Amino acid sequence: MSSQDIPEENLPSEQDAAGHTLQKTADEHPFADPGLPPHEHRVQDVDERAAKSSERTVALLFTISMLATIGFIASYVAFPVEKIVYIWPIGHISALNFALGVTLGIALFCIGAGAVHWARTLMSDVEIVDERHAIEAEPEVRAKVMSDFAAGAEESGFGRRKLIRNTMFGAMALVPLSGVILLRDLGPLPEDKLRHTRWARGKMLVNMNTHEPLRPEDVAVGSLTFAMPEGMSEHDHDFQTEIAKAALMIVRIQPEDIKDKRELEWSHEGIVAYSKICTHVGCPISLYEQQTHHALCPCHQSTFDLSDGARVIFGPAGHALPQLRIGVNEEGYLEALGDFEEPVGPSFWERG
Amino acid sequence: MKKLSARRRHPLAAVVVLLLALAATGGLYAAFAPADKAQADETAQSLAIDEGKKLYAVGCASCHGTGGQGTSDGPSLVGVGAAAVDFQVGTGRMPAQQPGAQVPKKKNIYNQAEIDQLAAYVASLGAGPAVPTDKQYNPEGADIGKGGELFRSNCAQCHNFTGEGGALTHGKFAPSLEGVSPKHIYEAMQTGPQNMPSFPDTTMPEKEKKDIIAYIDAVNGDETPSPGGLSLGGLGPVSEGLFAWIFGLGVMIAVAVWVAARTAKAKKS
Repeated sequence: MSSQDIPEENLPSEQDAAGHTLQKTADEHPFADPGLPPHEHRVQDVDERAAKSSERTVALLFTISMLATIGFIASYVAFPVEKIVYIWPIGHISALNFALGVTLGIALFCIGAGAVHWARTLMSDVEIVDERHAIEAEPEVRAKVMSDFAAGAEESGFGRRKLIRNTMFGAMALVPLSGVILLRDLGPLPEDKLRHTRWARGKMLVNMNTHEPLRPEDVAVGSLTFAMPEGMSEHDHDFQTEIAKAALMIVRIQPEDIKDKRELEWSHEGIVAYSKICTHVGCPISLYEQQTHHALCPCHQSTFDLSDGARVIFGPAGHALPQLRIGVNEEGYLEALGDFEEPVGPSFWERG
Repeated sequence: MKKLSARRRHPLAAVVVLLLALAATGGLYAAFAPADKAQADETAQSLAIDEGKKLYAVGCASCHGTGGQGTSDGPSLVGVGAAAVDFQVGTGRMPAQQPGAQVPKKKNIYNQAEIDQLAAYVASLGAGPAVPTDKQYNPEGADIGKGGELFRSNCAQCHNFTGEGGALTHGKFAPSLEGVSPKHIYEAMQTGPQNMPSFPDTTMPEKEKKDIIAYIDAVNGDETPSPGGLSLGGLGPVSEGLFAWIFGLGVMIAVAVWVAARTAKAKKS
């Protein structure tokens, strides 16, 4: 940009007629502060009719807002909650929601638009410079504060009466302990609850759909079933707490497709039972792909290979899904042969 | 004859000749083709199997093998049952256009009679689930609330809470259930197409499947109202957040820029 592009009045030499003070700063700062451009008036500043018109526009916007608010109240009273109407292009929508949304939207928008129009066309737009005062206090004030403080410290005997000072320190150090003690009420410690679930030797696998115990012949290759331990009911007060640990997903894989030796050993004729709780942060994980035998966690895309010991093949999960060892009892129902051998769900400090 | 030869250079002459030739070939074939051996003794069922076998040889055998035994390009069809055929062909997924992570649904090129014949042939290869009847899948009078519970515990992990679908691994996805007929939903649950696990009657009885179909119809049907208005695909917080942050905030920034850029000065500089 050449100097020709700058309006003449904005050039530093033109700005300051006296010249000498500016000349000095110009030597130190080649890009001197050009100062403010001269103020230009708006139409509304010079033409009273334009100002009146702006005033009417702002008042109109505020009036529309008032009417819209009245419309909001009226629609709240008028429309029943369950009324559904068809409005193009939104589709079938609750008449009440639509009316409330539109009227409140108009009411708020018109207040904003009116305020902006008012500020831009009618309020004063003269540029003002307000110099900032020095942050540092005067030297006399500072000296007085220091001497007052010294006098106060001397009069309180803080340095002289050590017994008072030390007991005060002690009292103030101990007081926060009462708050710390209350943290105990945040709940009992988990103890070994994270290490055990409701699964135990001999507990039958109950289908969560039908609430009937599962037989091996019920579980087809390629199917997906969710199970809970027998003796649990959805009406138990601790059902959610317990199922959060005990949730089980059951799939059947052709035994020759199972790559992990222990998995095959812990399965029953290819029926394998894995914890449904992701080992990353504990999301329920059951996006099972029956051809690849991959189970995907919807939260962070951890992927487990259910045909290879539920090994983690992708994502942030730290370890494989725990497998439940299963067998068949005398009546021919699937049963657990013990609890999970390791804690289910996410890792924790003492997990080991 | 003179008249004919005079018109031999007419633009439509080639078309007429072609039609005549086709008619002649067809007529000759009809006359000399081996007479239908299923004259009297064969039942309608085995007729359908025969017809299905012919359709199979044309449309399916290149990937699934000449006897449905499967090849490296397609799985074995022994034991998949008529329901699987009715679903895969009825939704246009099969015959597949090209191999890939997942075969998507497309326009169905077979009519229902041909699909039934194909299904009869594939069912004859090995026992599998039969095509459900209207009584089995019609959601009339089913428990929508129970269906919702079942859907959320068995289906929602992949198909989303109202059946809008979702992503799986390596380009696979759970398709949206919008506009899928009750029969096809029933068959999908029963047979587990592609990577979807199956939910056989032994673990999810017929009544529960009906409840699920009724739930899908209630929350994702043509007439399903969306009380809040624009559902943004009903995919949950991701699409809503994207809309709010990109569109909502973008519009606000654009308006702010527009307001500030328009000078209110009388003299435009």
